[in-house]
Amino acid sequence: MADLILAAPEIFLICAICVVLLTDVFLPADKTIVTYSLALLSLVGTAAMTAYFSVGETVIGFGGSFIADSAGSVLKTFAYLMVAICFLYSRDYLERAGLLRGEFFVLGLFGLLGIMVIISGHSLLTLYLGLELLSLSLYALVAFNRDSGICAEAAMKYFVLGAIASGTLLYGISFLYGVTGTVELQALGQYFREPDALSLPLLLGLTFIIVGIAFKFGAVPFHMWLPDVYQGAPTPVTLYVGSAPKIAAFALTWRVLADGLLGLHESWADMLAVLAILSLGIGSIVAIAQSNLKRMLAYSTISHVGFILMGFIAGTEDGLRASMFYTLTYVIMAAGAFGMIILLSRRGFEAENLEDFKGLNARNPWFAFVMLMIMFSMAGVPPFVGFYAKVVVLESLLATDMFWLAGSAVFFTVIGAFYYLRVVWYMYFVDPLNEESLEAATDFRVVLSVNGLALLVLGIFPGVLLNLCARVLS
Amino acid sequence: MINGILFYTFATVLVFAALGVISSRNPVHSVLFLVLSFTQSSALWLLLGAEFLAIVLVLVYVGAVMVLFLFVVMMLDVNAEQMREGFTRYLPLGLAVAFVLVVEIGYVIGFKIPGSPFSSVPEGYPADYSNIKELGAVLYTEHVYAFELAAVILLVAIVAAITLTMRKRPGLKKQKISEQVSVRREDRVRLVKVEPFKE
Amino acid sequence: MTDLTIFMLQTWGALPEVLRFIVVTTLKIFGIILPLIIVVAYYTYAERKVIAFMHARMGPNRVGPMGILQPIADTLKMLLKEVIVPANANRFLFVLAPVISLIPALAAWAVIPLNETFVLADINAGLLYVLALTSMGVYGVILGGWASNSKYAFLGAMRSASQMIAYEIAMGFALVGVLMAGGSLNLGEIIRAQEGTVLSWFWLPLFPLFLVYLISGFAETNRSPFDVAEGESEIVAGFHVEYSGIAFGIFFVAEYANMVLIAALTVILFFGGWLSPLQGIPGLKDSILAQPSFGWLASKMLFFMFCFLWSRATFPRYRYDQVMRLGWKVFIPITIAWIGVEAVMSYMDIGPWA
Repeated sequence: MADLILAAPEIFLICAICVVLLTDVFLPADKTIVTYSLALLSLVGTAAMTAYFSVGETVIGFGGSFIADSAGSVLKTFAYLMVAICFLYSRDYLERAGLLRGEFFVLGLFGLLGIMVIISGHSLLTLYLGLELLSLSLYALVAFNRDSGICAEAAMKYFVLGAIASGTLLYGISFLYGVTGTVELQALGQYFREPDALSLPLLLGLTFIIVGIAFKFGAVPFHMWLPDVYQGAPTPVTLYVGSAPKIAAFALTWRVLADGLLGLHESWADMLAVLAILSLGIGSIVAIAQSNLKRMLAYSTISHVGFILMGFIAGTEDGLRASMFYTLTYVIMAAGAFGMIILLSRRGFEAENLEDFKGLNARNPWFAFVMLMIMFSMAGVPPFVGFYAKVVVLESLLATDMFWLAGSAVFFTVIGAFYYLRVVWYMYFVDPLNEESLEAATDFRVVLSVNGLALLVLGIFPGVLLNLCARVLS
Repeated sequence: MINGILFYTFATVLVFAALGVISSRNPVHSVLFLVLSFTQSSALWLLLGAEFLAIVLVLVYVGAVMVLFLFVVMMLDVNAEQMREGFTRYLPLGLAVAFVLVVEIGYVIGFKIPGSPFSSVPEGYPADYSNIKELGAVLYTEHVYAFELAAVILLVAIVAAITLTMRKRPGLKKQKISEQVSVRREDRVRLVKVEPFKE
Repeated sequence: MTDLTIFMLQTWGALPEVLRFIVVTTLKIFGIILPLIIVVAYYTYAERKVIAFMHARMGPNRVGPMGILQPIADTLKMLLKEVIVPANANRFLFVLAPVISLIPALAAWAVIPLNETFVLADINAGLLYVLALTSMGVYGVILGGWASNSKYAFLGAMRSASQMIAYEIAMGFALVGVLMAGGSLNLGEIIRAQEGTVLSWFWLPLFPLFLVYLISGFAETNRSPFDVAEGESEIVAGFHVEYSGIAFGIFFVAEYANMVLIAALTVILFFGGWLSPLQGIPGLKDSILAQPSFGWLASKMLFFMFCFLWSRATFPRYRYDQVMRLGWKVFIPITIAWIGVEAVMSYMDIGPWA
């Protein structure tokens, strides 16, 4: 019973999903707004449950397969926020595109459940199940627009590669289980505290697990699916894929590598270093060549993933804090960026090309400024929060004397800044292609503005979030 | 002794059936080989004393999943020749990967770590041991979280499949069963008094 | 004892344990299968007679007195006819299919308890075993339809496959209800759990499940009114249109053996198996009528076997989409709902399964 209270948010969410699902089935097609409201309500309810039942200390339940801690609660709360923002941004767009169906919200909530399971997963088995739950929802969401060929292609690629990634991860887990006889992270941690715990089969398993994680994260060289999925999926889905699941990916890496397999830090740190450098490099350089904004943001994601991984490499609490801070700020930026694309899109028109942003300042100065904040933050220009996120990651690297990693990170950041600034250039210094004013619902405008301003506010007071991360992780 | 004979019989058939799955020219035959290998592996599980798992394997995979599989394969009319293109080209790579995997698995199995639960053969259970009860007890207590999660995953799969396939296409004519069922005699039959024909 | 008997017994005793076991088991198997085959043969005869009676006809009456030797004549006829394998048909699967459809129908009898003591294999998971085997019967139909290389046969096979899947789920859920009530997967235990009067048999507390099970049984055996896989008015004779001679005969036997099996399972799961309906009536306490026996099992089975024939003479065939709708949208929800009811009742200690 005590276990059930630990998982109260998850249990509440699944019940809420069932209610939403059934309501949607019995509603006429033009009343999807009810489903939408119910979905948002269930997010609020889940957040309330999380706040109400969150325990100050770390508790492990369900026979070692579930962990409730304050870091988890924070991550979950951010995930709710991101999903709520995604729903808010999407409603209008979906309605215009004729895609407004209740299943979007249901699958979104299911994905969130998967994210929550990952965040509080404390055995490899639960983590895997959470990952599958998340991935399955994502595959369906990406394929949501059945009449679009590019959408189907993206979904197919995502599905096949995702299945391979899952298989790889599972294969690695089976190795680990074969050697240690357990899948629970606590027991694994115990096992690796012994000296000489490392053996070749373990290393094999570890490699497979890292490959699986890198696939899900989209780190180079396992990033191939990412640009296609970002480009092919309907923009609200891209927004979904690009935001909340990154929190899950962070949680997965944290629970598995930085918590369960911390004893093998020396072994996985080098692998992560390679992944991180490659991601930074490829992400920053290839993004320059993109003319499609969604695709460009996909490569930008890849380079940000590189930064998130860098935080883990240090293997210290500071590094972990830096990673968490980076992840949380990144998802806010990503949500804003895709929100801007949704804002500019109209019926039958996707504003997904860089050129569609030309002269935005002339059309709508405020949202041009919001986009400017997002782009500057992503590029890492002070005083926006992206700057501090990069700084704390670099600090953690420097603290452990990894100068060359930090140096290359700075180098690629400078290269990457180019393509972010190009968007700003287009908005402010190039004549618009069309003069149409932006049409969007008020709630959308307000939330998007807040989203953009949050980057500035967090940038001016980074300590709030940073201290929160530090406090919950210690 | 008997156990040994049975094991090797089933195992041999299993291996050949598994080879048949990937090597037969006709996809329907492949599916049937797969069915055969399922039944053989279920027999192996029976030998291990896992009767519940064995029967469920047959029930779920042979009885339901493979029937649907067969259904789809028969309907699709897969062009076997086209499918086999590049078989020889990819064969070396495939063999290499398979070899690596086998070596790795062999290494892990052969890797005797003191204290590892797999370094010794587990003891058997007495004959009256009911592994159904044990499985139920473990699934609904220790692993209840994972178990319920698996159920949620299945639910997502159902929702996803229906989302992606059930869409309203224009011009589709469908029967409205409720109307058909609620039809009354008066709606369909009209009794007319016909005057007999007279010359 | 004569010398010969003693010698035989000694020889028997000298045989290895394993061999003795095999011999005894084989004999038991024949003891079950042979009567079963005879029952099946006369079931076909009964069908023709019963339906003829319902149609106010005579039915078979030429071979032997009242046509009693008709099944034997039929068998001989089929044995003597040529088995024609269609051109371009897959010969191996074509011949294999009838056999595959027959084997599960016979093998399932291994766990059916015929009276309180006699059951070939008293395994824990008897119910699951039966379910697994009956689910394999569909392969015969699918393979037969596919291997025939004929459109009609193929259509029949496809129909049959989807129909069986649909009804197997409902059937399985009905069985879940039974095993919850019986508290065991062992068929003998399930019967023992029904001990008492007629009212304590599971048909009453599990009435919706009983109906679903029986009707799904009709569908699983491809019997009227769910015989869309054969549907002679639409797809000639469905999956066995290309079969002739004894190959067809085996399909035929398999269908009837399956019907007998479903009847037996219905009796065991919902009508107290070998238990006497007169049990619990005070005046009959010690009489033979109140004792459990094979006779009771057989007579109850006969009733359900009659139901199969009765429904065939009574109902028109369902349309295919209606069959699927009934299976997925009516039966499965009913069974799930009743399992929920049962679970709640059993949790609150109400009802016979408390």
